[in-house]
Amino acid sequence: MKRSVLTRGVVVGVALVALAVAGCGNDTPSNNPSGGGAGNEFTALSGSIKGSGASFPDAYYQKAIEEFLNVATNADVTYKAIGSGAGKKEFGSGLTDFAGTDSTVKDTDGVATGSYIYIPTVAAPITVSYNVSGVDGLKLSPETLGKIFGRTIKKWNDPAIVADNSGVTLPDKNITVVHRSDGSGTTNNFTRYLVAAGGSGWTLGSGDTVAWPADTQAGEKNTGVAQLIKQSDGSIGYVDFADAKESGLKFAALRNKDGQFVEASLAGATAALEGAEVKDDLTYNPLNAAGAATYPITAPTYILVKPSYTDAAKGKLVKGFVKWILTEGQALAEGANYAKLPTTLQQKAVTTLETISAA
Amino acid sequence: MTQTTERPTSGPPPTLARRGRGVLADRAFSATSLAAGLLVLAILAFILFTTVREAWPAFRVSGLSFVTSPEWIPNDPDGDGPRQPHYGVLAFIFGTAVTSVISLVIAVPVAIGIALFLTELAPHRLRAPAVTVIDLLASVPSVVFGLWGIIVVAPNLVKVYAWLHGLFEPVPGLRSLFGEPVSSGRSFMTAGIIVAIMILPIITSITREVFATVPAADKHAALALGATTWEMIKGAVFPHSFGGMVGAVMLGLGRAMGETIAVALTIGAAVQIVPNVFASGNALPAVIVQNFGESGGDFRAALIGCGVVLFVITVVVNYVARTVVRRAEVRMKGAGA
Repeated sequence: MKRSVLTRGVVVGVALVALAVAGCGNDTPSNNPSGGGAGNEFTALSGSIKGSGASFPDAYYQKAIEEFLNVATNADVTYKAIGSGAGKKEFGSGLTDFAGTDSTVKDTDGVATGSYIYIPTVAAPITVSYNVSGVDGLKLSPETLGKIFGRTIKKWNDPAIVADNSGVTLPDKNITVVHRSDGSGTTNNFTRYLVAAGGSGWTLGSGDTVAWPADTQAGEKNTGVAQLIKQSDGSIGYVDFADAKESGLKFAALRNKDGQFVEASLAGATAALEGAEVKDDLTYNPLNAAGAATYPITAPTYILVKPSYTDAAKGKLVKGFVKWILTEGQALAEGANYAKLPTTLQQKAVTTLETISAA
Repeated sequence: MTQTTERPTSGPPPTLARRGRGVLADRAFSATSLAAGLLVLAILAFILFTTVREAWPAFRVSGLSFVTSPEWIPNDPDGDGPRQPHYGVLAFIFGTAVTSVISLVIAVPVAIGIALFLTELAPHRLRAPAVTVIDLLASVPSVVFGLWGIIVVAPNLVKVYAWLHGLFEPVPGLRSLFGEPVSSGRSFMTAGIIVAIMILPIITSITREVFATVPAADKHAALALGATTWEMIKGAVFPHSFGGMVGAVMLGLGRAMGETIAVALTIGAAVQIVPNVFASGNALPAVIVQNFGESGGDFRAALIGCGVVLFVITVVVNYVARTVVRRAEVRMKGAGA
């Protein structure tokens, strides 16, 4: 009797100690303010703001937040990647202070007209990744791409693909097309490109999800698609640049509007942004943009902010954080595999940001 | 000499005439239990009402073809052209049904076998540890099963599927059932296997409890008459526990139909109705979890409509199961059951 009471007490004691040690673990990084001069206007910011939305720029935003909080030591910023649609809904319902979105606001998104401003932040290419043993440096024209993803072309040695790749021996293998199983802004941008440039082979339209043919494979998120491409020989799919690089996939060079075959790269993405027409509300369409060095499937991403904030501290922090992304934060983009904004667009964005009132 | 007892002519003694405190407690208890029962009904009705209201735009657009059409077009395929989004969930109903049937076919015999082993054949000392291990299986989260499914199970099962496909190739009926396996391994069969592992603990534990309530006298009587162990089980255990076993299977089926994340990851997310169990498909809860975050307007209503359809199917299946159990019990125990 005594022994079992003692062992019970020991077990409880060990459990309590374990909980205490776990609870005491400090997982917030210690904030060492970095070098003085440049961060002065940001160091005075305080308060906390919440944002949510697109998962496409999430890798960049998390890095940007980490560096920003090293400068603005009294502030707190969080961003949750739940998808553009869900992010816009939360922003429209007032649950968040800013939203990240890859797509423009539609009527069904739950965001009232006039309650938001677009601020472009970064962009990144969407790669067409493939895994065919013995084939490197694949080139694809948009019409061929449309036919591959529309399942009119089913084999790698189809005459259309051979025509795009002179001098490369393509195997007589079935093409396995991989796409997203979940609704996604990446699918939205990729299918919009196919609608614009894919020609008669692409009949499925565009959207966060489309009615993919049944003889294709689907993966969950960009990492799921990358994993499926890696594991089957003869597969092709669309993966965002950061995840494709991390998974070590090969990407195809696509023929842009000017007729040049360009491989997915940050330089190609920035060129596409320079060649894109920017509307008054700062939205722009870099898909299939003009220019010799442009990569045709470049996806934009924006932050939605309110035109005026009732809470002054939050408003100042949102303005400060977004301004930091547009100025010092642009230098971080390349390291995270995102393309920074061209100077003209960046200046327009900063000017528009100043119009936000935080009183 | 008989003694006559007098009938009491006055009323009951004073101590019995006063209302006991117990009466009030009794009434409060029956009122609370009634309220609890009604609350459950009210919640079910409320869920049905609010989800149908949210899904109404999709039902209005597609009409009855929402449940009868296999065409699922979630976007506008041609911009301003004549083709429109169309929401038909027949392929997902098919996927849910196939996955659930496969999981029951695998899990029920195994669960009954484990329950019989634990109650009839195993030494007493083995029972408690075995029960603990099986309940541990129930505590593994669904998403862990899903990840294990796509990383370990699906790629390794492709070879097994290909071998089975080759084995049944010459047989005309089974050739289409065991068709060409999809190269990623994510298919109805893989999802069914993972779900079977997940529903095993609940079917086993309820069946085991039911087998334990069989009166020892019946079992001893069968054995005394010279029955073998299997004949005793067939003759004394199964008839007594039939209702409970069907109940356990129905609970397992309910869990299998509603299993979301594990199925969403392992079923392959293709919209098709094919007899090939090694092909990819999609299921009602899986399509909801895959698309809900990025949906809006009519598409979101269609996804909620999938939820309504799943809810109705589950209620109908449960009701049919109860009728089956009732009829079987009447037959085996007589109308007084």
